Amino acid sequence: MIFQDYVFYALAAILLFAGLRVITARNPVHAALFLVLAFFTAAGIWLLLEAEFLAIALVLVYVGAVMVLFLFVVMMLDINLDRLREGFWNALPVALPVGLLMAAEMVMILGSKHFSADMLNAPAPRPVGYSNTAEIGRQLYTDYLLPFELASVVLLVAIVAAIALTLRERKDSKFIDPAEQVKVKRADRLRIISMPAEKESVSAAEPAAENK
Amino acid sequence: MISKIRELFASFMLLELVKGMALTGRYFFARKMTVQFPEERTPMSPRFRGLHALRRYPNGEERCIACKLCEAVCPALAITIESEQREDNTRRTTRYDIDLTKCIFCGFCEESCPVDSIVETRIFDYHGEKRGDLLYTKPMLLAVGDKYEEQIAADRATDAQYR
Amino acid sequence: MIAQAQNLLGPLWPVVWTLLKIVAIVVPLMGAVAYLTLAERKVIGFMQVRLGPNRVGYGWLQPVADGLKLLMKEIIIPTAANRTLFLLGPVLAIAPAFAAWAVIPFDLTLVLADIDAGLLYILAMTSVGVYGVIIAGWASNSKYAFLGSLRSAAQIVSYEIAMGFALVGVLMSANSLNLGKIVLAQSGGFWQWYWLPLFPLFIVYFISAVAETNRAPFDVAEGESEIVAGFHVEYSGMAFAVFFLAEYANMILVAMLAALMFLGGWLSPVPFLPDGIFWLLFKVAALLFLFLWFRATFPRYRYDQIMRLGWKVFIPVTLVWILFVGGMMQTRWAYLFH
Repeated sequence: MIFQDYVFYALAAILLFAGLRVITARNPVHAALFLVLAFFTAAGIWLLLEAEFLAIALVLVYVGAVMVLFLFVVMMLDINLDRLREGFWNALPVALPVGLLMAAEMVMILGSKHFSADMLNAPAPRPVGYSNTAEIGRQLYTDYLLPFELASVVLLVAIVAAIALTLRERKDSKFIDPAEQVKVKRADRLRIISMPAEKESVSAAEPAAENK
Repeated sequence: MISKIRELFASFMLLELVKGMALTGRYFFARKMTVQFPEERTPMSPRFRGLHALRRYPNGEERCIACKLCEAVCPALAITIESEQREDNTRRTTRYDIDLTKCIFCGFCEESCPVDSIVETRIFDYHGEKRGDLLYTKPMLLAVGDKYEEQIAADRATDAQYR
Repeated sequence: MIAQAQNLLGPLWPVVWTLLKIVAIVVPLMGAVAYLTLAERKVIGFMQVRLGPNRVGYGWLQPVADGLKLLMKEIIIPTAANRTLFLLGPVLAIAPAFAAWAVIPFDLTLVLADIDAGLLYILAMTSVGVYGVIIAGWASNSKYAFLGSLRSAAQIVSYEIAMGFALVGVLMSANSLNLGKIVLAQSGGFWQWYWLPLFPLFIVYFISAVAETNRAPFDVAEGESEIVAGFHVEYSGMAFAVFFLAEYANMILVAMLAALMFLGGWLSPVPFLPDGIFWLLFKVAALLFLFLWFRATFPRYRYDQIMRLGWKVFIPVTLVWILFVGGMMQTRWAYLFH
């Protein structure tokens, strides 16, 4: 075994452990954090496959943004753990066959003589200047332009729908618009007038009063 | 309309922020006002209300006559006095405690004292290492008075014309 | 000497050599962090017409004294806190702050890991840094800490988008995600640096960087006057110091990135002076001074205004400018933006 193999098995072990803990951890926050660990380890495995762009994008998008928002929600929930876990073992009769089926399918694909890892040629070593990132970009914007644009339109629709669902004004809301507040300048609220600190004499004060 | 555009331009050019930074930037080079405390001290009024002291007459007799006016007037209840008659039939304190952790340094005790016995001095940088250290007893207060009598007397003399 | 060590260690040599290089980056970084805290107190002091720390070794040993003090102090773990996560929080805060330095080029050849997707890697690392804050806030089991961490999470996620878009402009101009190549693409003196064609992006990047590092005026995660000290209110001793280190290491990191991407990195502004690492250090120092200057000048932003600035001002501005740059690149003025 070469060094990469050891790294792969170590990462795979961590990944399996983290994945298992995601569904068995009693505390939802712990489960979410184990999911973060799982994403991170998966990124490590992708790095071993020389897919550095995808690996970093996984960390950036899933660990850096999605899971933060996920944790954000999970941390604020006051979840009754016992009630949540009530039906856990009841689901076993359904879950176990499904899980076994999936495992069997994987074994059949990876283990059979037509699909096994031995049948695949090792990818040709890349030239020095080869950039994974540029290649993905080229593929996305040439061969897969239509699917890519379709996916972005679907996402756009989702964004618009989410905003349309939540954007409503309640009558009793005391919401203030920060944009309006930021716009206020000193000159709108305050007028500085020049006036003498003390009246020097009665005769000097009178013309000032007339000017008003 | 034009003013709106000008405002938009100003906000995008961060003009107000730059103005603020110019102000603090100017003060960066201003003369510094720091007083290097233990070596330099700011001028102090003769009425300064710091650590308490019990004074004596020039002949060595303690001034306090145990009238307990200070104990009565103290808003923080920081003063505790016990008294008895001495052999020469004068009334004197056997105990005069000031709990400096309670004291608010209002100066009422000094004002109420008919014989100028309890006074507040200019000392403000004293400390205690245990909580009990800040409970000043009669001998401690007298010791402070003895040590700084000159200063205390001078301060009273300066301030006398305004009393 | 290097050859001797190579013979002695054999196959272990690459590991040892890499570790040595890491030490060579981290140790000066820690020193810079320590003296940045001193510089901050001095600069803010001067702007407030004070002298700042000048006692311990005329002020020069103040960071050492502070560090020693924090080392001696007890780390108090609240009884209701989640022990493991409570201790994990500071580690998760500082690890990404240091890890991101792996791809920073200090010179043409002076870089620990010269990877192609360097810029993406840094974005990923800085976005992971928020976990330290979130976990610390949650594990402390304290209202103030929790509020601080929630504020921080929402703020960092929001400003990361604007920051990312600002960087998109840079990589469009440089045609590369590699930081070294981005710097080289700016060669040719002061007017060739990207601050000029990408000026709005530069401003947005720098302000987002201040927000990302939770510095004043965006320091609502700490918010001394409202939520005591925010996410690290329950931390003491060295655990607190680690958060402090992470914050300042992040500050230096984002200043370094701004210098590399918009101010030409180690390149000299004028042709008759040589390029070199000292230019980079000078630019970083100038940008860090701006950080301190901001803190001495601006009052803290209100939270809803922070969110408005991020989502309704910065993101549209960056999008418009990226579109503009992309459009200009199709015209005959494209050379202005490369």
